[in-house]
Amino acid sequence: MLSLLVQTGRFSLRVVHGMGGMFLFLLSALFLAFRRPAKIGLILYHIKTIGVDSLSVVFLSGFFTGMVMRFQGYYSLRQFNAESWLGSATALGLLRELGPVLAAFMVTGRTGSAMAAELGTMRATEQIDALDSMAIDPIKYLVSPRIMASLIAMPLLTAIFDVVGIYGAYLVGVGLLGVSSGSYFSGMESSVVFRDVYSGFIKSVSFGLIITWVCCYKGFHAPPMATGVSRATTESVVLSFILILVWDYFLTSVML
Amino acid sequence: MIRVVDLHKKFGRQEVLKGVHLELATGKVTTIVGTSGCGKTVLLKHLNALLRPDRGSVLIDGTDITKLAKEELYEMRGRFGVLFQGAALLDSMTVLDNVAFPLREKTEMSESEIRKKVEERLEQVGLEGMGYKYPAELSGGMRKRAGLARALIMDPEIVLFDEPTNGLDPVLATGIHQLITRTQKTFGFTAVVVSHSIPQVFEISDYVAILANGIIEEFKSTKEFQVSQNPVVQQFIRGETEGPIQAL
Ligand SMILES: Nc1ncnc2c1ncn2[C@@H]1O[C@H](COP(=O)(O)OP(=O)(O)OP(=O)(O)O)[C@@H](O)[C@H]1O
Ligand SMILES: [Mg+2]
Repeated sequence: MLSLLVQTGRFSLRVVHGMGGMFLFLLSALFLAFRRPAKIGLILYHIKTIGVDSLSVVFLSGFFTGMVMRFQGYYSLRQFNAESWLGSATALGLLRELGPVLAAFMVTGRTGSAMAAELGTMRATEQIDALDSMAIDPIKYLVSPRIMASLIAMPLLTAIFDVVGIYGAYLVGVGLLGVSSGSYFSGMESSVVFRDVYSGFIKSVSFGLIITWVCCYKGFHAPPMATGVSRATTESVVLSFILILVWDYFLTSVML
Repeated sequence: MIRVVDLHKKFGRQEVLKGVHLELATGKVTTIVGTSGCGKTVLLKHLNALLRPDRGSVLIDGTDITKLAKEELYEMRGRFGVLFQGAALLDSMTVLDNVAFPLREKTEMSESEIRKKVEERLEQVGLEGMGYKYPAELSGGMRKRAGLARALIMDPEIVLFDEPTNGLDPVLATGIHQLITRTQKTFGFTAVVVSHSIPQVFEISDYVAILANGIIEEFKSTKEFQVSQNPVVQQFIRGETEGPIQAL
């Protein structure tokens, strides 16, 4: 009985300790991002690795998501004779929910996992210690630029996902299901307001932050061995997914 | 002057350092020897506070670096050059960029000056024309030498060498020893060398310390060390498995 209590206590302490560590990590990374010297070159480089390298998966997944939504929407809305809502349903779904969430999932899989693995390897091969020994703050050098880059790249990728998805849906709706192109776009125009775009933007920025934060933290603190790095990579992806969904629920309920 | 006072360090249940005392004279070369896994690297990493002790202190010219806040610690670290056991080159950059890295980050030197200095140093460690390669494309010994060039590029006051000649052939090892002596004579830095190259390393050392069983068992000038009657030293130099050092 007592030992169960002790175990629970230890576990909770560890969880709280871990969470505190994660928050401090994020705070110092954000704080250091605004300290001189600014690492513009590094930020640009990571915008490339986050943005450009994820472009193809975001493009493909956006396209197919749009097409699937269109089919699904068509069959459900038809039962209520509400096909004319298709355009707005697709656009709203993509802009508010699916665009930010799925684009974030793609970036987690494509770039986030790579970040965790890269930083974990740097830890294992003492490269992080080497930076530290040269009086170069490894968080400022390795983490802050990645976080800043993700704040810029993530909304852009999400916008691309949305646009590609809307055209994917257009292709299915107008090309295969024979809806008129005019009603598709006019439905969209009449129902989508700036607030929808804005909420998608807020989501994508915060998802970008979550991904780089979690993945960098896990990689940065990976045990210095091959299994440590692989575990950190897996954990970073799973934790990112969960946090993205939880945070998405929270934002949706607040911003609806 | 670096003074290590009563340094204790545990990893989990394993007590690695159990009260290390050491005084490293300014401008001299002190070598630390000891069996593999006895804690030499751990001790070295305490000297520039890459590791924090459980107890004890490391005083550099009177300042206890185990208690410094980050800003001051980074200022202190600017006086150090470090050669890691595994070289620890940044593998996303070429060798040239690696060696140039501290100069680019910490000085206002122009790119052409940096290039000139880096190429000169690469030549000294026998890596001329290799600057364009990535660390992964080098042999272990070449990486070590690139790490050496990086450790010395800022003309530091104190240099920590973790096994500078490990994995090098005898000819190159002598070359690296000569390089250390030569640069040490030129710049007068305080050197701490961890090495298994016995007895060659004695030629470049002013003092030798032996770490065993978590403490410094003997610390003497090189000449005295070599003739020391201390059973630990005797066992280590002769490479015997029986004796006060617990082998395996
Ligand atoms: N970060 C760490 N976590 C846990 N244990 C560690 C850590 N670093 C070192 N150790 C342990 O401390 C002991 C000393 O390690 P250290 O690397 O200092 O040995 P060493 O004297 O440098 O050996 P070698 O000559 O082989 O390099 C080892 O038993 C090692 O297992
Ligand atoms: Mg070692």
